[in-house]
Amino acid sequence: MKSKKLNIRGQIPSILTICLILVLWQGIAVSGIVPGYMLPSPVAVVKALIADFSLLAMHARYTVVEAFWGLAGGIVIGFLCAVFMDHFDFIYKALYPIIIITQTIPTVAIAPLLILWLGYEMAPKVVLIIIVTFFPISIGLLDGFRSADPDTIRLMKSMGATRIQIFRHIKLPSAMGQFFSSLRISVSYSIVGAVISEWLGGFYGLGVYMTRVKSAYAFDRMFAVIIAISALSLILMWFVDILQKICMPWENIK
Amino acid sequence: MAELVTKDITKEFDGRAVIKDISIVLHDNEIISLLGVSGSGKTTLFNVISGLLQPEYGQVILNGEDITGKAGHISYMMQKDLLLPYRTIEENVSLPLIVKGQKKKEALKKVRPYFQEFGLEGTEKKYPSQLSGGMRQRAALLRTYMFSNEIALLDEPFSALDTITKSAIHRWYLAVMEEIKLSTIFITHDIDEAILLSDRIYLLTGKPGKITDEIVIKEPKPRRKDFNLTNEFLAYKKMIIEKLES
Repeated sequence: MKSKKLNIRGQIPSILTICLILVLWQGIAVSGIVPGYMLPSPVAVVKALIADFSLLAMHARYTVVEAFWGLAGGIVIGFLCAVFMDHFDFIYKALYPIIIITQTIPTVAIAPLLILWLGYEMAPKVVLIIIVTFFPISIGLLDGFRSADPDTIRLMKSMGATRIQIFRHIKLPSAMGQFFSSLRISVSYSIVGAVISEWLGGFYGLGVYMTRVKSAYAFDRMFAVIIAISALSLILMWFVDILQKICMPWENIK
Repeated sequence: MAELVTKDITKEFDGRAVIKDISIVLHDNEIISLLGVSGSGKTTLFNVISGLLQPEYGQVILNGEDITGKAGHISYMMQKDLLLPYRTIEENVSLPLIVKGQKKKEALKKVRPYFQEFGLEGTEKKYPSQLSGGMRQRAALLRTYMFSNEIALLDEPFSALDTITKSAIHRWYLAVMEEIKLSTIFITHDIDEAILLSDRIYLLTGKPGKITDEIVIKEPKPRRKDFNLTNEFLAYKKMIIEKLES
């Protein structure tokens, strides 16, 4: 209970800053320094958000489903990469440079290619999200596996433990903290990745909706989409935090 | 019955011997110490006995069976307690049984009765970070015991503890050993600790490390409470210091 109170008190500066920005923004928009059609006031944005809510929710559902499958794929592939790279040194040497290279390719450059190859449905979006999310997962897990205490591994070996037992009881749990840090990054990447690929072609999703309101010059609705996307990322990150608390109970007792 | 013999063990790293011709015997229900300065190869010898390292020469024989280079026969407790921070104490203690292939539920059921004996009652569901250093060492010793109730190697298990905790844990250790009768080889560089806990002491000195002396501590067990303040104790200590310095 006490820690919760402290938590809220700790967030007062950031809450105050956000309020101040909103008030300033409202002032600028209302005073007419910037024309209202270019910079809608926060109140107008909230109105647009409410008016478009069901439409936004419908598109958001597509984005979330894409992000979910992409993230799931990214976790599975990232996990497998990390396990094999940790286990076999030649796979580490073979894969590591390629994994780095995949991250140097700009997302906006491969998204159109993926759409041309895989069509306008969900497939290219999921593939793009896998590409952007598996990297933090595999590198985070790999670091986590390697951070396992060598003395603990020696102890396990002295008990005659197999490599699989050492992995299961030592390496995997040692990597949990790193895994969740990476997952938090990957979750926000997955939403951003989904929106970017929808932007470049598709029928549904927040990115598609964004291009539509953009061509209509509906600035208030564009801001509403931005808020929806941020809110979505925040909710998912919060969800990861809860998941981490459930999966790592020993971290809560400190 | 448990008897451990090492025959002329030599271990080399990059062609240079770290320990040479080490022959020691551990009888049933006996506590012996390997006493020597840092760098005399004590831990290397433990790594060989536990099967983590293959010696260049020599054999490790447990109850007449050659176990040289084979892990999984002798329990090994290292300097650090090495309790897994993400497991509760009872889960930590049951780890050796799980490694041996037992189901988690059965393993937990088997370890629980020992908590009382080891003075660990009430810590079953706690995490290691909630325990004091002394209690963590007790838990580590119980885990060691759960792996093998025959022979244990203890590598300076109490060296990280402060003096007061250390003397308390020495008394606890001797009391527990009276109960569980675990044959033990103890590594230490603390002369007092060696005299206090052991039936016999091997002195390991030089480079490469060799056994240069064997001292039998004739004080009967259980030891008197103030044994470490007696003249006999001081006489042993003086003798060991002279031998280590010569």
